[in-house]
Amino acid sequence: MPIVTIDDFQIEVPEGTTILNAARMIGGDLVPPAMCYYSSLKGSGGYCRTCLVKVEQGSAKDPRPMPKLVPSCRTTVMDGMVVRNETSPEVVEARAGVTEFLLVNHPLDCPVCDQAGECHLQDLGYEHGKLNTRSEFRRRTFEPIDIGDKVKLHMNRCILCYRCVKVCEQITDGRVHGVIGRGDHAEISTYIEQAIENDFSGNVIDVCPVGALTDRTFRFKSRVWYTKPVEAHRNCDKCCGKVRLWYKGEEILRVTARKDAYGEVAKLENGEAGWICNECRFEKKKTSDWVIEGPAHIDDHSVISAHHYESPEGERFGDEKLEQAALPHGEKVERGVGALNPNNV
Amino acid sequence: MSQKLLLKNDHIPGINTLEVYRKHGGYESLKKALGMAPDAIVEEVKKSGLRGRGGAGFPTGMKWSFLAKPEGVPRYLVCNADESEPGTFKDRYLMEHIPHLLVEGMIVSSFALGANTSYIYIRGEYFYVLRILEKAIEEAYAAGLLGKNILGSGYDLDLYVQIGAGAYICGEETALLESLEGKRGNPRLKPPFPAVKGLWDCPTVVNNVETIAAVVPIIEMGGDAYAGIGIGKSTGTKLISASGHINKPGVYEIELGVPVEEFIYSDEYCGGIRNGKDLKAVVAGGSSVPILPKHLILKTAAGEPRLMSYESLGDGGFATGTMLGSGGFIVMDEDTSIVRNLYTFSRFYHHESCGQCSPCREGTGWMERIIKKILDGKGTLADIDLLWDVQSKIEGKTICPLGEAAAWPVAAALRHFRHEFEEYVKNPQSIKDVRHYYRLNRLEMA
Repeated sequence: MPIVTIDDFQIEVPEGTTILNAARMIGGDLVPPAMCYYSSLKGSGGYCRTCLVKVEQGSAKDPRPMPKLVPSCRTTVMDGMVVRNETSPEVVEARAGVTEFLLVNHPLDCPVCDQAGECHLQDLGYEHGKLNTRSEFRRRTFEPIDIGDKVKLHMNRCILCYRCVKVCEQITDGRVHGVIGRGDHAEISTYIEQAIENDFSGNVIDVCPVGALTDRTFRFKSRVWYTKPVEAHRNCDKCCGKVRLWYKGEEILRVTARKDAYGEVAKLENGEAGWICNECRFEKKKTSDWVIEGPAHIDDHSVISAHHYESPEGERFGDEKLEQAALPHGEKVERGVGALNPNNV
Repeated sequence: MSQKLLLKNDHIPGINTLEVYRKHGGYESLKKALGMAPDAIVEEVKKSGLRGRGGAGFPTGMKWSFLAKPEGVPRYLVCNADESEPGTFKDRYLMEHIPHLLVEGMIVSSFALGANTSYIYIRGEYFYVLRILEKAIEEAYAAGLLGKNILGSGYDLDLYVQIGAGAYICGEETALLESLEGKRGNPRLKPPFPAVKGLWDCPTVVNNVETIAAVVPIIEMGGDAYAGIGIGKSTGTKLISASGHINKPGVYEIELGVPVEEFIYSDEYCGGIRNGKDLKAVVAGGSSVPILPKHLILKTAAGEPRLMSYESLGDGGFATGTMLGSGGFIVMDEDTSIVRNLYTFSRFYHHESCGQCSPCREGTGWMERIIKKILDGKGTLADIDLLWDVQSKIEGKTICPLGEAAAWPVAAALRHFRHEFEEYVKNPQSIKDVRHYYRLNRLEMA
C-alpha cells in the first residue's frame, strides 16, 4: 500500500486513495477544504479549486515535483509522494485567491440567508480568505426561482459546485436540472423552470455547500444556531430513515440527513450514503413520527454548537446565556459566520 | 520562394473537387500508405518531427505512439477543426479550398492508428465549410476512398463531420470530446488522457486540421525529407494567419525558420506595415500567447534575430519571449492602444469561459471589468497591481488551458506595456485623445 507524506505527516493508505481522502484519514488542520468534492457522489470534485495542494515529490520512483498545483480531491496518491498543504505559502496564497474568486459574485447576504451558520463558504472565507474585498464591481444577479414547491433556488449564492447536478444524475431518476449558460453567467436551472418531482430531490438541499438551494418549508423560520439538532429515525420504506431533526422549542422546524465532520451526508453502516426521501424530509414534522436517539454531535468549530452545548471554556449555556451571547459586542464571537458580524444577525 | 507542401495547389480552380484534386496527385499518399504497415506510418511521422499545429506543439508521432491499444476496444481519430482562437484562420482556408487534403490525411492517419470511425469536429460558425467538407466526403465515398474495403486493401473507415454550437472552449480536446458525445462542452480533468480514455471512454487521438493535412506530404516525400525542411526541432512548413496592420493580410505557408523581420516586411509575405507606419507590437501565435514589443519580436533578448520557429519564438521564456502557438500572427502599428487591444481579448475570454472551475469563471470577468475601468478613465494605480495579481491567481490553477490563455495576454501586456496603463490612469484625457483619433481615422476611411 502506498505511503504518502502530507505536511510532514506520514500515512499508509489503500491503492487509489486521493490525496484529499488520505489527508482526511490523518485529520486535523492539514485537510484541504473542499467545496465541490462529495465522497458519495461519483465524478464530483475538481471544479472549485479550493483543495489545490503542492506535490513536492511525485512518487518514490519518479521524485520530480508536479509542475502545477493539483486538485487533491482528484489526484490519487503514489507511493512516496510528498504533499504540502498548509505548510506551502504557494498553496495558502492560491487558496486565498480561489476564495476571493468565489466571493467576487457572491452577494454576501448572510444576514438573510438560511444557510448562514452551516455554510461552507462562510467557513472557507473565514479560514482562508482575506479581510477585505478588492472587487468593487456590480455582482451578477439572478431572480430566485422555485424548483417545485419544496426547494428554492437562489442562483446569486451558487458557486457552481455541480453537486446538486450529480445528485440528480446519480440518486434520482429522470434528471431535469443542470447547468445552462456559460462563464460567470452559467446557472443551475431546470429546463423552463420545471419542478423536480422525485422522491429524493430534497437531497440537493443537503449537498449544497452554500445557501443556493434551500428548504422552502424552513425558509426564514429561524437561524440555525437557535435550533437544536437531535438524531432520530423512523421506519421508512423508501430510504434509511435516519435523520437529524432541528427543534426550536417543541416544534420540529426542519429535517435533514445526518452530516459528518466534513459536512457531507454521513455514511451508513453498510458504507452507503444516508440519503433521505422527501417524505421524511418534508412531511414528517411531528415528534410522534420519530424515535429520538439523542442530541446530535455538532463540531466544536460550528456556530451551531456555540449556543446550546458548551462554550470553549467548558461552561454550559442556559437560555439566558444564549440571549446574552447574541448581544452586540458580546465576547462569544464564534467561527463560521464569515464576512458578517454574527451579532448583527 | 520557400517550399510549399500544403498550399502548393490552392490556386488551381476546382481543386475542391475530387477530380481536379486527383489530377494533381491527390490520394497518391493514401495508395502508398495502404501498402505500408500502420506502425511504419507512425514511424515515418515520428521521423518527420511533425509537431502539433493547434498551438501546443507536441510531437505528433509521440502522441500517436501513446495511443493505448487494448484488445476489442475501438479506437478513434478526431480532427479538431474548432478553430476559434482570435487571429487564427488557417484551418478554415485549408478546409475551404482543399477539403480533400484533410479527408486524405484523415484516412491515412486513421489507417495508421487503426481507427475504423473518425470524426471531424468543426466549429459552428464554419457552417459553409461543413457543406464543403460533406461534399468532399460524399465524393470520397462514391470513389471508394471511404467506407468498406478502401481501394481493395481490406481496411474500413467511416468519416463523419460533426458541427459544434459555437464555443471556443470546445477547441480544448477533452471539451471537444464531451461535446462530440452530445454533452455540455466542459473540459475533463486529466489524467486520464484521451490517448487512454477519450471518446466514449475509448482510446482517442485528437489532432488539429493542419497536423492531419501535413501527414499527406510526409507520406508522399518520406519522414526524413520532411524533417529536412525547417530549422532544428521545428520541422516542415506551417500555415500562418497574418492579420492586423499589414499590407497583405492572409494565410501564408512558411518553412519554419523564416526570420520574423522578413515575414513582416518582405513582399512575399505580409509586405510591411500599412500606411508606412512603424511596428509597435506583435501577437505571434493567436490571442492567447504573450504580446511582444517591436524590439523583442524582431530580435531575442540576446540580440539574435528572431525566427518563425517553436524554439526561437519561445526563446527567453515569457519574460522576453512568446510562443508560435497556432500561428495567428497579429501585427500592430505604432498607433495601436495596447490597453484597448487587451480589453478586446479579455472580453473574449470572459465570454468564452465555460464556468466550470472558479478561478477562470470569476477571474476572467473580473479582469475584463478592471481593464474596462482603466479604459473608462476611472482606473487607479492600485488597479494595475490588482490586475497583475488576479491574472497570477488564475494561471496554473484551472482545469484546462483556457485560464492560462486568459491570463497570459494580460500578464504580457502589463510586463511590456505597463507605462501605457499608467498613462491612462494618470492622464485620462489621453484616452479621449485616442478615441478621438480613432473616430477621425474611421471617418477618413469612409
